[in-house]
Amino acid sequence: MSNERTRILVVDDEEIVRESLGGWLEKDGYFVATAPDGKAALERLEAEPWSILIVDLKMPGIDGMQVLEQAKKRTPDLAVVMMTAYATVDTAVSAMKLGAYDYLVKPFDPEELSLMMQKIVAQQALLRENAVLRQALKQEYRFRDLVSKSPAMQAIFELARTAARSNSTILILGESGSGKEVLARAVHQESPRAQGPFVAVSCAALTESLLESELFGHEKGAFTGAFARRKGKFEAADRGTLFLDEVGDVGPKLQLDLLRVLEERRFHRLGGNTPVEVDVRIVAATNRDLKKAVQEGRFRDDLFYRLNVIPIAIPPLRERREDIPLLVDSILERLSAEMKKPLEGVSTEAMNALLGHDWPGNVRELRNVLERGGVVCAGTIIQLVDLGLPVRADVAPRAGPLGSLEEVERRHVAAVLSHTGGNVSQSARILGIDRVTLYNKMKKWGLRRDGEEILTKSEG
Amino acid sequence: MGPIGIGWIGEAAPEPSLFGHVVRHVRKAFGAEVVEVKASGRPGHAFDPRRRQHASGEILRWLLPLAPQGGKVLGITDRDLFIPILTYVFGEAQLGGAAAVVSTARLRDELEPTASRVLRERLAKEAVHELGHCFGLRHCRTSGCVMGRSSSVRDVDEKGQGLCPDCRARLYGR
Repeated sequence: MSNERTRILVVDDEEIVRESLGGWLEKDGYFVATAPDGKAALERLEAEPWSILIVDLKMPGIDGMQVLEQAKKRTPDLAVVMMTAYATVDTAVSAMKLGAYDYLVKPFDPEELSLMMQKIVAQQALLRENAVLRQALKQEYRFRDLVSKSPAMQAIFELARTAARSNSTILILGESGSGKEVLARAVHQESPRAQGPFVAVSCAALTESLLESELFGHEKGAFTGAFARRKGKFEAADRGTLFLDEVGDVGPKLQLDLLRVLEERRFHRLGGNTPVEVDVRIVAATNRDLKKAVQEGRFRDDLFYRLNVIPIAIPPLRERREDIPLLVDSILERLSAEMKKPLEGVSTEAMNALLGHDWPGNVRELRNVLERGGVVCAGTIIQLVDLGLPVRADVAPRAGPLGSLEEVERRHVAAVLSHTGGNVSQSARILGIDRVTLYNKMKKWGLRRDGEEILTKSEG
Repeated sequence: MGPIGIGWIGEAAPEPSLFGHVVRHVRKAFGAEVVEVKASGRPGHAFDPRRRQHASGEILRWLLPLAPQGGKVLGITDRDLFIPILTYVFGEAQLGGAAAVVSTARLRDELEPTASRVLRERLAKEAVHELGHCFGLRHCRTSGCVMGRSSSVRDVDEKGQGLCPDCRARLYGR
């Protein structure tokens, strides 16, 4: 990088210092300007971009410390070098605390000044390069508001990008919190309908009759309390995208209604006779196993086929742990802006805990954990304690399709043991079994008194 | 390109061959006519008793009237030089101006202060370097170019005696 681009502002109340330092730096190829006092310096800092500020500590009026403080507030990246007539540790320390890069004692050794300038320029170049690379990396791993470097998610981004250009119905499958709505929004933004509305409806939040009116609207007097005609979400989403979240929770009557709209692209408002035609692209989502629901007769197979035109399954976060650092970066960047608090990252310990956690609530849970961390952390780096993640033994047995009854029992026993601090009698009382039975279970599952698993079965 | 005047303005007599060596190098680097300038006095007023050094800026102002018509002037001194913000300088020049000064004080070989060969080479490089500033050249990053920044004698020793092609192009493209 050429020095030509490095702009240095020299601030000193002594003309001879401004002249000699400015002249020397100019011969070194830097663009140099000078200011005779703090006020003029702050004006120039405000008006133009600068890379380096060399400022005298002692000046009448606004002194060097005040200039430093103001300058760092406005431009945190600015490298500020303090000049002082005599080195006092106190002033140097307080200047460094305020964010000064370094200080020089007048008169400077030419080699020291030269090396310091070169070091600053090199560091700033590295920072810029780093920022550019990070940005490029982010773009590569990004699909609108989604970030991922896992091959499975990259394939999903590719599919979603292609699907967005068509008008076909998309069915997004994934656990809760895995980002189904975020993906739906991304598809909308990438589609030719991006200028149109994106309307989201949660099918699980309302009773069947309310949902019906919510989706299709109603005419005045259609039912008690229908005082005026009201447009439904289908109409609201005309020329845009309608996101039907938790579509697996829709009851049988509405399933039929939905099927008709999907087939005919028109519907009747509740209590209305005139059909309403709409141009709507449907993106549906569910965390349920729709195929199974079809087999069990809880979900219409014809509606399933209408919805399942382009299925996209988002893997749960625990299956793409390599994305956690990337997600942490991206979430912290947002939280930082939302909370107006600089958050630079998480400690190694905290990151290890985040990588080890199971994330039943997926990305949404990760965001919540980081938000909590961001609120309680004292500095700019979130520590392990700030996250409030449960320690391993505290994890409550998670009832779910994944664990067998025995597995759930084992985890519960481990949790109780951990809770009582390894007191077998107390644990047995809580579990409602006798001590011998508890010992037998512990032996069978290789559980230690503290609830942790042992690796070798020979131990007690 | 106007003529370049070079004059000895040191207190002690210059070492034999030192002056001629500088003249030859300056002539080669700039391809200009080089003339010897005889200064009648010495810039004693530039001496700062507190720092026990000579202020190079004062010397430059004192040298200006000695510059040949339309040309540059280089003063060579044995006095230690400084600019107010730095502990010392090997030399100084007016960027794009007419006057330059170089000092032998810090260019002598620390191990063999009497060896004139090392001093000759260093002085010739710094003389060309400071005159380069008078011709508007700034510090150059091309390895070996005499316009390379030199804040230590090590830097001076590492660079070559001549201008790199880029600096030559800048010089003649003015």
